[in-house]
Amino acid sequence: MEKTLDAFEIGDVGTVKRVGGEGKIKRRLFDMGITPGAEVLMRKRAPLGDPIEITIRGYELTLRKTEAACVTMEVKG
Amino acid sequence: MKRFALAGNPNCGKTTLFNSLTGSTAHVGNWPGVTVDKRDGVYKKTPEPVAIVDLPGIYSLSPYTPEEVIARNYILDEKPDCVINIVDATNLERNLYLTTQILEIDVPMVIALNMMDEVEKAGDKIDAELLSSRLGVPVVKISALKENGLKDLMETAYAASLKERVGTTVLEESSLAHLIGDVRIALKGQGVKGPLFHAIKLVENDSIEVEMHKETIPMIDEFKATHEDDVFGDDFEALVADARYKYISEYFAPALSKKKQEKFSMSRSDKADKVLTHKVWGIPIFLVILFAIFHLTFSEDFLYLGAIFKLPTLEDLGLLTEDADPLHYGVRLLACIYDGAVFSPGVIINNIWNNMLVGELFGRLGGLVEGSSMAPWAVGLINNGIFDGISSVLSFLPPILVLFLFFSILEDSGYMARIAFILDRMFRRFGLSGRAFMPMIMGFGCSVPAMINTRTLADDKERTATVRVIPFFSCGAKLPILTAVAGAIVAYFGVGNADVITFLMYLLGIVTAVVTVLLMRNTTLKGETPPFIMELPAYHAPQFKNLMAHLWDKTKHFVKKAFTIILASTIVIWFLTHFSFNWHFLEDEAINESILAGVSQLVQPIFTPLGFGSQLGQFGWVFVVAAVAGLIAKENVIATFATLASCLVAMANLNIGGLDIAAEEGIDAVQAMILATGISVPALIAFIAFNMTTIPCFAAVGTAKAELGDKKRFNGTLIFWITSSYAVAAMIYTIGSWWWTAFIWAAVAAAATALVVLKNKRAAKTVKAV
Repeated sequence: MEKTLDAFEIGDVGTVKRVGGEGKIKRRLFDMGITPGAEVLMRKRAPLGDPIEITIRGYELTLRKTEAACVTMEVKG
Repeated sequence: MKRFALAGNPNCGKTTLFNSLTGSTAHVGNWPGVTVDKRDGVYKKTPEPVAIVDLPGIYSLSPYTPEEVIARNYILDEKPDCVINIVDATNLERNLYLTTQILEIDVPMVIALNMMDEVEKAGDKIDAELLSSRLGVPVVKISALKENGLKDLMETAYAASLKERVGTTVLEESSLAHLIGDVRIALKGQGVKGPLFHAIKLVENDSIEVEMHKETIPMIDEFKATHEDDVFGDDFEALVADARYKYISEYFAPALSKKKQEKFSMSRSDKADKVLTHKVWGIPIFLVILFAIFHLTFSEDFLYLGAIFKLPTLEDLGLLTEDADPLHYGVRLLACIYDGAVFSPGVIINNIWNNMLVGELFGRLGGLVEGSSMAPWAVGLINNGIFDGISSVLSFLPPILVLFLFFSILEDSGYMARIAFILDRMFRRFGLSGRAFMPMIMGFGCSVPAMINTRTLADDKERTATVRVIPFFSCGAKLPILTAVAGAIVAYFGVGNADVITFLMYLLGIVTAVVTVLLMRNTTLKGETPPFIMELPAYHAPQFKNLMAHLWDKTKHFVKKAFTIILASTIVIWFLTHFSFNWHFLEDEAINESILAGVSQLVQPIFTPLGFGSQLGQFGWVFVVAAVAGLIAKENVIATFATLASCLVAMANLNIGGLDIAAEEGIDAVQAMILATGISVPALIAFIAFNMTTIPCFAAVGTAKAELGDKKRFNGTLIFWITSSYAVAAMIYTIGSWWWTAFIWAAVAAAATALVVLKNKRAAKTVKAV
């Protein structure tokens, strides 16, 4: 099943399928390791609901929901 | 001398390695044109001494952030003899991504595999030889923290620097190899040096390279047209990034053999994080930590021991009497630590430094000068101009250092990134990121360290906006002004409550900051909210050595940058208050004849809308003089109150009853000023509001100048401070005096908001149309 990263529930695991978004943000997502095929675990939401924290390539990354919406994921069952 | 550059991701232990290698030779400055730290030092244990340059921590060589551009230009243009790429062995994949990019530059390179001790502690293994043979450059295992393998690293780097190296790329094995090869050959034909790096960046559509090789672009586009990809289409930036990571996971991942095979395991750091960023407890825990920092730095009643146990003051104990020998060091030292309550560590350090060391030194020097046969004006210049200037610079050091110490602990431990994580949501509304919170809140302590700390903000406009509003978070030195004037209002007019007035003034500062940030981010400092895609580094205990190195850097930075401007301005203000128009030297008490008083009388009408202008009659200028004196240090306002009050008493033949003008809190002095000028309550409140939001002390002004870098921005900042303080004070005075003017202000504010919103909407429309 496909969904964007901002729609992930805590504990969801999936692989990155596509990364969209405006040039600068997209490049930053790539540079931080969010490239197709990378595995992602949705770790938690900040106390106010946004941003979110994920584990990718063995480290913790935080990003806002608006930025996470640029990332299309394949959810693992 | 050979030059080695250290390059690597943020949090990879680069600074620790740099400190270990260079020790006391380290030197910190700014990179030309930008306020990004530039560190250099010397390593002496190689056959010849080597200069070490610490490049900013970066994740990539993209053209988007100033740090990345600095690092890349340094390696390309300054051609260091060797690049030492520090790789965090506990986070191999992402760290090697940068490695694959540096590899493409024609420069000797060595990889330092850092944090090997932690990898081994976890029971994991890394095959350095496999890495080395894949990358084609030497790989040395080190632990910067334990100083293991440093000698080996430097010897390897030295050996590497003796040979030339031609760039190689991991993209050789990707579908892009052919395209890159074609562009490289074309560039080589044009005589471009290091064609591989430029070729890859051109394929990526890198804006810096595209600008540099404009005439080659049509040809490259032709090449690109022949390249087809079903996943990315013609998004070459994505193609390249993807190819790098693919190569890394395919060929480098086998070099790491993990003991535990689970992909997402819980570490100790994760457990700490579970509590510290908890959905419910995250924010309360943060508030407690914040309160603890302020309590430890500024509280004069540590742990409230004094209030709880009703401890006796030194006077009660009979230690401090009117006629006690002032040179009794034991009592003075005790008074630095205890007086009716135990002081917090920050206050103790401050007291010892300012009362015992700096105060003592300049007191004695001042005594020597006074005892000499110099002319009175020379004595005044040296004592009140120069010495006061220097000691006011030095007096700022304790709070700066103590606040910095806590700040560095939060930063080094990894908690600072979590604060940004917790608070980002709140700050985004104002066009700022969660990172802006810490510098702002530090402003309540002292604006100087707060402004220096805006360096953690990535976006330039966000930084400028933050620097500008920091003084609105009323600092420790402004509190005495608040309490003196608030106290006088209560005592003289018998209205209100001093604590409530003080609290409301703090609140006013915060509201002003929020409103002006919103205004700036929608007008002069317009820009998108900076993206928030940030690593949350694993928690670890801060390193004492690193903390000390950090503090030392900040101290040097502050003293160097702030010294000249503070000293020069102190002398100017001293001159203006101690000389009359016909160049006569004046005693303190004759301040009414000074140039400053004369000018103040002249400009008095300007302050009429604020309530302390022409309507106060012939003595109204005193408030203007006090505000100007506050520029040296806000503490001066109170001292000036006392001087001015005694002047007024003499001039106006005031009957001040039982008021003690020289009293330390300044409440009585303000009452005398009220008596002489007939100033109203709204005008007094406007006066404190003006002092709170106007140009801060010279130390903060000097810091702002150093941090903003750009001259235009700095001048804009000065104008911003003057305008906002004038507007705020005028609003308070008019509304306080004539309540119905609130409607006029509201209408003006509504009109301004509507105008900005409309204008931005139109601008957005034009952008869309284009």
